[in-house]
Amino acid sequence: MIRVQQEDFDLGGELQAMSAGRTGIGGLCSFVGLVRDMAGDAEIGGMTLEHYPGMTERALEEIEAEAQARWPLEATLIIHRYGRLEPGDQIVLVAAASAHREAAFEACHYLIDFLKTRAPFWKLEETPDGPKWVDARASDDDAVARWAAKSRGN
Amino acid sequence: MKLLYFAWIREHVGTSAEEISRPDDVKTVSDLIAWLAGRGDGYATAFADTALVRAAVNQEHVDPLHPVADGDEIAFFPPVTGG
Repeated sequence: MIRVQQEDFDLGGELQAMSAGRTGIGGLCSFVGLVRDMAGDAEIGGMTLEHYPGMTERALEEIEAEAQARWPLEATLIIHRYGRLEPGDQIVLVAAASAHREAAFEACHYLIDFLKTRAPFWKLEETPDGPKWVDARASDDDAVARWAAKSRGN
Repeated sequence: MKLLYFAWIREHVGTSAEEISRPDDVKTVSDLIAWLAGRGDGYATAFADTALVRAAVNQEHVDPLHPVADGDEIAFFPPVTGG
């Protein structure tokens, strides 16, 4: 399941809802991304997340479907927020549940790595020098490239 | 075709969406970027460094050589920074 929303989410409630009634699940792995208070040396007062309604949902559904094709998963969940957020706020939740822990861990990692390079979100940070668009990081592309290398058996 | 702009590309262009009639010689995303860059200062700034511009056609990420057609929804944006 994927959701794109302005409002906050409750991690415990979301994970319980995900596993409720699915007794084949033996392991559930989740990752939560938070707003940091620093960007490099600059203190961040807050940030605004812009996204591309329509494409965002499509991109997240594709990433979820790819994870489900790659691992034997009982359930997956992606929640991404948009709008203005402050340091400490939750931005994103990805979770994967499987019969065994290895698939859950790997799928969770895969979901967040691909989300970061494919889902159309942009962060505008409030810095002491004014608003600044966050630059994409080469390390995020490297993270995705690692999964391609794993597919090839390297 | 419908054009959409996001993040700092939207700020430079000065609008988030517009409808345009495709010039006959605009056949790819790359052609469209070159044509847009000639539409004025804001566009020229937005599309000055094409290495920083990403595109989606009908909500799918595409390469610069992807074809564009009348009726397409084409979005331009910087590399994504969600998560």
